[in-house]
Amino acid sequence: MDDSKAIFLKDATVNAADGDQRAFIRKALGGYYTNRDLQKARYRDWERARDAASMAKWSAVNDLANVLEKFVGNFERNGGVVHWARDAAEARAIILKIAEDNQAKAIVKSKCMTSEEIHLNDALEKAGFGVVESDLGEFIQQLRGEAPYHFVFPCMHVKREAISELFTKHLGTAPTDSPEELTMIARRHLRQLYVDADIGITGANFLIAETGQISITENEGNARLTAALPRIHIALSGIEKVVNHLDDLSVLLPMLATAGAGQPMTCYNTLYSGPRKKGECDGPEQFHLVLLDNARTRILADPEQRDALHCIRCGACLNVCPIFKNIGGLAYGTTYQGPIGSVITPHLRGLKQWNHLSGASSLCGACTDACPVRIDLHHHLLHNRRNATKESPTLFDQVFHHGFNFVIKRPWLFATGGRIFRATLPLLQKLPIPYMGAWMKTRDLPKAPAQSFRDQWKNQNV
Amino acid sequence: MRVSLFVPCFVDQLTPQVGLATAKVLKRLGHEVEFRSAQTCCGQPSFNSGQWDVAREAAIRALEVFRGAEVVVGPSGSCVAMMRNFYPELLKGTSHAAEADDLAARTFEFSEFLVKKLGVTDVGAKFAKKVTYHDGCHALRELRLKEEPRQLLRAVKGLELIESEEGETCCGFGGLFSAKFPMISTAMVQVKGGALARTGADYVVSSDPSCLLQIGGWLSREGKPILPLHIAEVLAHDA
Repeated sequence: MDDSKAIFLKDATVNAADGDQRAFIRKALGGYYTNRDLQKARYRDWERARDAASMAKWSAVNDLANVLEKFVGNFERNGGVVHWARDAAEARAIILKIAEDNQAKAIVKSKCMTSEEIHLNDALEKAGFGVVESDLGEFIQQLRGEAPYHFVFPCMHVKREAISELFTKHLGTAPTDSPEELTMIARRHLRQLYVDADIGITGANFLIAETGQISITENEGNARLTAALPRIHIALSGIEKVVNHLDDLSVLLPMLATAGAGQPMTCYNTLYSGPRKKGECDGPEQFHLVLLDNARTRILADPEQRDALHCIRCGACLNVCPIFKNIGGLAYGTTYQGPIGSVITPHLRGLKQWNHLSGASSLCGACTDACPVRIDLHHHLLHNRRNATKESPTLFDQVFHHGFNFVIKRPWLFATGGRIFRATLPLLQKLPIPYMGAWMKTRDLPKAPAQSFRDQWKNQNV
Repeated sequence: MRVSLFVPCFVDQLTPQVGLATAKVLKRLGHEVEFRSAQTCCGQPSFNSGQWDVAREAAIRALEVFRGAEVVVGPSGSCVAMMRNFYPELLKGTSHAAEADDLAARTFEFSEFLVKKLGVTDVGAKFAKKVTYHDGCHALRELRLKEEPRQLLRAVKGLELIESEEGETCCGFGGLFSAKFPMISTAMVQVKGGALARTGADYVVSSDPSCLLQIGGWLSREGKPILPLHIAEVLAHDA
């Protein structure tokens, strides 16, 4: 078994048995469901808004080469510098080089899952740069030395007391159970860091082709400070974040906020249009944008799953996913958790090693219904399973399914096999046979009837 | 109408009363009911396991079995979704594509058939019990059925329908998922089964016998005083 699968099975088993933690996560999401439904009700027609949002992304993704080129032209005209990165290593090297060329010392970051994807913090720290996360949740996770639990709510699993203890340990502050006070502690700590930092690294929610602007959405105002105060701003973005028109944001921004966090709009929505221009009194001197492929073109080349590039990283699919809620975000072992993570991680990191995530789903489809840009998430899990079977079938599965097929192709054998199955069921239930043993551990089976349906039907209808 | 029954393989072997109840209700409504004994399994276990070549063979067999049937009615949202939505996907681009589309259009889930195809909500059933309804995910999200079974239940004399918390939450069955990832599947049925038990209903009713296997199996193991029952069994009660 691959390591990633073994670790997943171990962590999922531990977490699925942790009733307290599961209840905590359900409670944490309780307010979200109420607010989301409240906000959805304000839309004249949520389903048509999903169509519009999906179309805005579709029209850019399906013409990605041209739309990107247009964006880059306009971004450069605004005075920004574009760097293309084929993979994580190239992206890290580009960012390290900018930091070295400018003799930077301190780096402040706002929330950017793409930076998690390329393991940027590790690389910067190894090269001797100090990096501080300025998003409160990411800051907490950084102090904990833990990856984000949920790509929108990174520390949703951490209890208030644990945050207070964490701050006491690392920042020397007095214990408190007030969320406001905890936020103020982080804020006081971070304020001076913005001023001291040479480089601010942000992500990007949308790249607008027609204006060359970057759109960043946030609730804390930390991304604005990260982008505006340091003398160099580096934005890191996947190439799929591009949209054609500024107007597309009129549907994408509210839907991102409502689907992801149950908000009418996220608190701060900012468009960044290049570095400080002549005569302007603030803004960074340099504005770099690292455009990352890292297997996105591989998804683009797959017409069946191309819509996975529509993802606006709202997290709605995680919030409704019964798997996510029961095993937690860390068990996935991926940058992107939940259904979208299970769909795209095999593309990013290899199908053979990560197909187990597509298997770990009851295919309930709650994710697909929640997705504001209509990604066919749960069907893509089926597609991944099919592709994995083609690529590297497991012997057990081959034998099991071909054997099963041999039986169901022959109704007489099915009926006979069924009779033997029913007669021996009391015994089978006690044996540690694959599948049966796993089922019987926590669930009963109905008492096997003496006669099958087909037998009873025959007897009634002779 | 001449109805050809589509009885899921595990219903055939483990819960035959569901198939018999389905036939009983249809006959009571004046329809002719047949069972083509060449049918076995729709192939969903293989389809969901990524074994599409195997599932394709099962699909082609089903096309042969139900060839010429006026309508095919199955007491399972999940197995009907396999025929309705996934056979066309499996057989797309093959010489069987047109027949798969044709079968999809003639195949109905039981409650869907009664309410949407026949326009019947009162089948003349009596069942003086408190019941709560579990939406199987395939019925709910693949077939888009939500009100149809509830309309049928509300028309049953004496029946009190109670909605549960976690109404649209998956029970955690998911076919082989329940045995391949038993710890996750169990956590899911704890959430779902717990909510169903808290309603205080006598029965949890569903149009999906596979969900009932999972929910009922857990309720039984935990000793909860609520029993699984298929909607056809409720509608078959006439005294």
